[in-house]
Amino acid sequence: MKGKAFKFGDNISTDHIVPGRLAHLRSNLPELAKHVLEDADPTFAARVKEGDFVVGGNNFGLGSSREHAPLVIKMAGVSAVLAKSVARIFFRNAINRGLPVLICDTDKINDGDELEVDLKEGTIIDITNGNRLTFNKIPAAMLSILDEGGLMPYIKKNGDFKM
Amino acid sequence: MGKTLAEKILSLKSNTDVRAGDIVISPVDLAFVQDTTGPLTVREFLNNGFEKPANPAKTVLFIDHAAPSPNNQLSTDHITLRDFAEKTGCVLSDAGDGVCHQLVAENIAAPGDVIVGADSHTVTAGGTGAFATGMGSSDVAVAMALGKTWFRVPETIRVVCSGKFQKHVYAKDLILHLIGLIGADGATYKALEFAGETVDNMPIADRLTIANMAVEAGAKVGLFPSDETTRNYLKAQGREDKYQPLTADSDADYERTVNIDVSELEPTVSKPHTVDNTALAKDLKGTKIQQVAIGTCTNGRIEDFEIAASILKGKKRHPATRLLITPASRTILKQMIKKGYAETLLDAGAMILPPGCGSCLGLHQGVLGDNEACLSTANRNFKGRMGNPNSFIYLASPATAAATAITGQITDPREVL
Ligand code: SF4
Repeated sequence: MKGKAFKFGDNISTDHIVPGRLAHLRSNLPELAKHVLEDADPTFAARVKEGDFVVGGNNFGLGSSREHAPLVIKMAGVSAVLAKSVARIFFRNAINRGLPVLICDTDKINDGDELEVDLKEGTIIDITNGNRLTFNKIPAAMLSILDEGGLMPYIKKNGDFKM
Repeated sequence: MGKTLAEKILSLKSNTDVRAGDIVISPVDLAFVQDTTGPLTVREFLNNGFEKPANPAKTVLFIDHAAPSPNNQLSTDHITLRDFAEKTGCVLSDAGDGVCHQLVAENIAAPGDVIVGADSHTVTAGGTGAFATGMGSSDVAVAMALGKTWFRVPETIRVVCSGKFQKHVYAKDLILHLIGLIGADGATYKALEFAGETVDNMPIADRLTIANMAVEAGAKVGLFPSDETTRNYLKAQGREDKYQPLTADSDADYERTVNIDVSELEPTVSKPHTVDNTALAKDLKGTKIQQVAIGTCTNGRIEDFEIAASILKGKKRHPATRLLITPASRTILKQMIKKGYAETLLDAGAMILPPGCGSCLGLHQGVLGDNEACLSTANRNFKGRMGNPNSFIYLASPATAAATAITGQITDPREVL
């Protein structure tokens, strides 16, 4: 996976990603996706391109259980979320939607850097500054879901939890 | 080696012997959604070929976040939920009944239960000794369909509370203090388990307030033991048969222990825009507040309105400060009326909103204007949470909120009494 890094700070909450004031758009996802991360960076939705990366700091995705948060990040074309740490429900929701979340030292990545991620190798190459980062292994149970493209495809295939 | 509460409940429920780090498939005693997460759950459920929930009677759809609905889109989402309930026989809790977490505590949760809800504050039911946790719409759709879900058994941080609260210091101050201490990610993934003499003497309302905010430290669950207090709570609801005693084993393995002497606590406030950004109320004197909101699943219980009414009795809100009161359930609203708290609060200049989430998540009722500040008894003060990213939210106890409503600036309740 190759794309540009969009860097955000610590504690990017699900309210930054899809605020409650837009709850009326939750059954109109293409419209909601136009507002993705609006309260963290109002220009993000217009600038992000297919394949780009959202790069957070600590505790990315804290707050509510709204699955719409990883869903609209994925709809915006983002291929993975990179963060120093991630909130529990967001992590599970992202994997359930087939959006990889990679835990790594994002201090080494600058806004706008070109990144190349190898999911199988577990590496991130920052093409812009030449840094090579590794990310924590995604837990096996979650990897089995991610490998199927998300929770629903996983359940459809297996008919049950097989872990 | 003994077990923590989380290990114990998940072992009992799954009929296996599990420890922190294990993956467990567990039956769920309750799966629920609310009106901002439920429509996606329903679509995922139906679009993936599921027809009926495994246990319709243990599947509840709550309409509480936009209750009553402020616009046509949310009204249509409500129809989605009502239609699904009608077709599948699962339970509908409609607008006006109250906030999901309060209703779960009032009517459904029991010690030892495993509860999943498509709402992060599902952790609230930990106050009754249930392993209750928030998940996304897809996870809950699958839990509804199969009647089970998967968990990684969490490591546990034990919070041992000793001493007696000073006057006008409450459970809310304790949980805000704890989150300030360990940070908004201090318990990420972990279970928080509360114990100690203070907890032994703590009413369920306070346990619910504390468990409710476990997720604000990142925790998967906030667990309380089940004891005589729990039994009496269930008994008052006519559900004593659901009681079972539950405590952690004395030789359980904890990741760490945090000790808090509650007698040293003072009225505490979370400042914008993170819950762990705490300070003492007395040090924030002079901070002007345009709106005070008392209610939500954190502090919208009758005990909270009793405190607020006792402070506001015979007083008026500051003319520059609006006062919003949102009971967490219809039962609580009726009690407020019966006990005279509603009249006291109305006389003080309050608006009483219908039972539900009210102004908490910024989709209607009490959205803040630019640069306005609200002091709320809710659980979250993220940027934009109350509908405007150019506004400021402070979190505090009902007592601090009532005192602040009188003076129009953040006020330590001990100063107005
Ligand atoms: S009262 Fe607030 S925190 Fe509680 S369920 Fe409603 S929106 Fe969520």
